[in-house]
Amino acid sequence: MVPLGHYLVLSGILFAIGTAGVFLRRNLITVLLSIEIMLNAVNLTFVSVGRSLGTVDGQIITFFVMTVAAAEAAVGLAIVIALFRHRETLSPDAFTSLKW
Amino acid sequence: MLLLIPLLPFAGFVANAFFGRRLQKAISGGIACLAMVAAFVVSLVAAWPLLGHGGHPVEQVVYTWLASGDLDVPFALRLDQLSALMILVVTGIGSLIHIYSTGYMHEETDSEYARYFAYLNLFASFMLVLVLGASFPVMFVGWEGVGLCSYLLIGFYYTKQSAADAGKKAFVVNRIGDFGFILGMLLIFVTFGTLDFQAVAAAVATRAPETSTMGVLTIATLLLFVGATGKSAQIPLHIWLPDAMEGPTPVSALIHAATMVTAGVYMIGRNAVLFSHAPMTLEVIAAVGVATALMAGTIGLVQNDIKRVLAYSTVSQLGYMFLAMGMGAYAAGIFHLYTHAFFKALMFLGSGAVIHALAGQQDMRHMGGLKKYLPITYWTFFIGTLAIAGIPFFAGFFSKDEILYKTFVGTPYHHGSMVLWIVGMATALLTAAYMFRLLFLTFHGAERFATAGHGDAPGHNAHGHAAGHGHHGAPHEAPMSMAVPLIILAIGSTIAGFVGVPHALGGHNTIEEFLEPVFEVHGAATAGEAQPVTEPAVPPAIPAEAGHGPAAAGDVGTERMLMAVSVGVAGAGIFIALYFWLWQPSAAARLAQQFGGLYRLLHNKYYIDEIYDAVIVQPIKQVSTGALWKGMDAGLIDGSVNGVGATVQGASSSLRRLQTGSVRTYAASLFFGAVLILGWYLWS
Repeated sequence: MVPLGHYLVLSGILFAIGTAGVFLRRNLITVLLSIEIMLNAVNLTFVSVGRSLGTVDGQIITFFVMTVAAAEAAVGLAIVIALFRHRETLSPDAFTSLKW
Repeated sequence: MLLLIPLLPFAGFVANAFFGRRLQKAISGGIACLAMVAAFVVSLVAAWPLLGHGGHPVEQVVYTWLASGDLDVPFALRLDQLSALMILVVTGIGSLIHIYSTGYMHEETDSEYARYFAYLNLFASFMLVLVLGASFPVMFVGWEGVGLCSYLLIGFYYTKQSAADAGKKAFVVNRIGDFGFILGMLLIFVTFGTLDFQAVAAAVATRAPETSTMGVLTIATLLLFVGATGKSAQIPLHIWLPDAMEGPTPVSALIHAATMVTAGVYMIGRNAVLFSHAPMTLEVIAAVGVATALMAGTIGLVQNDIKRVLAYSTVSQLGYMFLAMGMGAYAAGIFHLYTHAFFKALMFLGSGAVIHALAGQQDMRHMGGLKKYLPITYWTFFIGTLAIAGIPFFAGFFSKDEILYKTFVGTPYHHGSMVLWIVGMATALLTAAYMFRLLFLTFHGAERFATAGHGDAPGHNAHGHAAGHGHHGAPHEAPMSMAVPLIILAIGSTIAGFVGVPHALGGHNTIEEFLEPVFEVHGAATAGEAQPVTEPAVPPAIPAEAGHGPAAAGDVGTERMLMAVSVGVAGAGIFIALYFWLWQPSAAARLAQQFGGLYRLLHNKYYIDEIYDAVIVQPIKQVSTGALWKGMDAGLIDGSVNGVGATVQGASSSLRRLQTGSVRTYAASLFFGAVLILGWYLWS
């Protein structure tokens, strides 16, 4: 039996990797992928804590998160395609026209 | 029944105001005249029982107007001897002036004509409310209403700058007086808890007169008197009346001579009991009245505009009425009001006929010798002049002598005063002089007028346009519609005084006895059954009962002597006028040159307008412009509003730099924000 602490550490590492990806990568698709990693880190936390407490709440929430993540990926990818058609680039720094 | 009296002219106003524009002159004028004549007939019917037929005063409560806590003001009309006299004067003379106006205003366009008659009817309606009102607030409705109509009618030729200005001036000056009236009314309500005239009189009667103290009654009556000076053109608020001559001449006759300006006198008569209890106020009223009479008389002597002379003469005669009121000779004051209404309306209408004949010319230096062209106007005007000058057996003689006699011997409310009497006599001399000057300059002597056609003299009003169509060379006599009212008024000016022939001439002072009940409190008798006044159980603490009637008996000799003096004075005045303006016209000019300073002082009306302008109007303008407009409004209020805007703009111009547009910056700030908040909760 793996103790809860291990799961939480793994989850934290995954979340950190995802966050770093969002901030550091220069490709919007990779940024989206990093967001998926962060979501899954959270899912892992839910499931493991749920199991350790002996309830199913964590698993239920995880299903919701997965549904939303799927929808988000669909919308996000569509936006990315639209942006690419517009500017011929996928760097997030190219899209700063919505400023003062 | 009583309600019908003001309602009839009001119906005329409504008809002309809403449909007059599309009506022919004959119809709109006819409606207006019919409304007035009908009101006169109703007034006669209503007043008939009171006119020596054993009737009692009647009251009609139309509806409860204001009811709030202690305050309960019904919209009530009351007809007693005083208001009966007033409604007969207002509707009677008003009708004649309406008829006259149909001729005088005939050259106006249809819609202007209807507008004129709408205003005139509205005025009559308000005036009737004023005199019939049974309490201060109802009177105040009429009081304000006539002020409004006066403004509208003075500024009737509103395209003319001077007329528009004169209207504004009249309105503003009247407002000052109205302010005093409101304050007086409030003080009375606070003191007595009622605003009904009879209830107030009954409450006052239980108090002792404020002979030596300056109590609440004195203050209240002084405030009311401020209102009266505004409406009745007394010093210091007399300045609007001469300027009011910018209006059409029949308006001057109706409003600024016969009716509205007498409202102040009427108001004091209506509250005689109240004023009798404030001897100090009576002193003030008498002094102001006699000062106004003298001042206006002297100014009238040197004015050249025919209507302005009459205007100052009106101010002067109103001064006489206030002198009478101040002496406590209320009946004499009202008597003079009544006779004055006849002869002053007559003279104004006569001057209107002259102006009409000369196509708008108002300057007496350009008249003269009109007697042979305008015989009806001349003879009627002559009768009016005799009446105002105080020639025996014309209307003005009886009323003016009554006032001067009462001034000399005193009344229960005021001791006789030699000084006031002498000033009054001096004014009588002036009156005779300036009125006959007017008569001689206008109707006698050389013909100095330019024949119509190039009659576009300065000072012309709308009648100047008449020059264009169909006026032949010589001045023409007034048409029937104008001549008939003149003749009726001339008859009135001759016989109106016979209701008040003094005992000294073997007559019977009917009018004084007729009016006496109004000026005293005997609650039940005056109030009739309509007014459940708290019975003034105590007979008035004032020595009112002792005074009237018997006082005269012993002084027949005195009265006859005074009468002889006043006739002599009037004769002297006429002689002065004859000498200076008929026999030796150059002597007048020489005298004016010799006393150049005095002449200019009088000609410029004692510079009162200029003084008011310098002392009041200009400082107010400067404070308004410098401090209130530029400092307060533009500086402080606009400044603070604009300052708030500028501050927000400045702050946001630096803050908006945070909005970089870079998605990753936003994400970073979101992340670190979340970390900070979570950290705060975890560590604390």
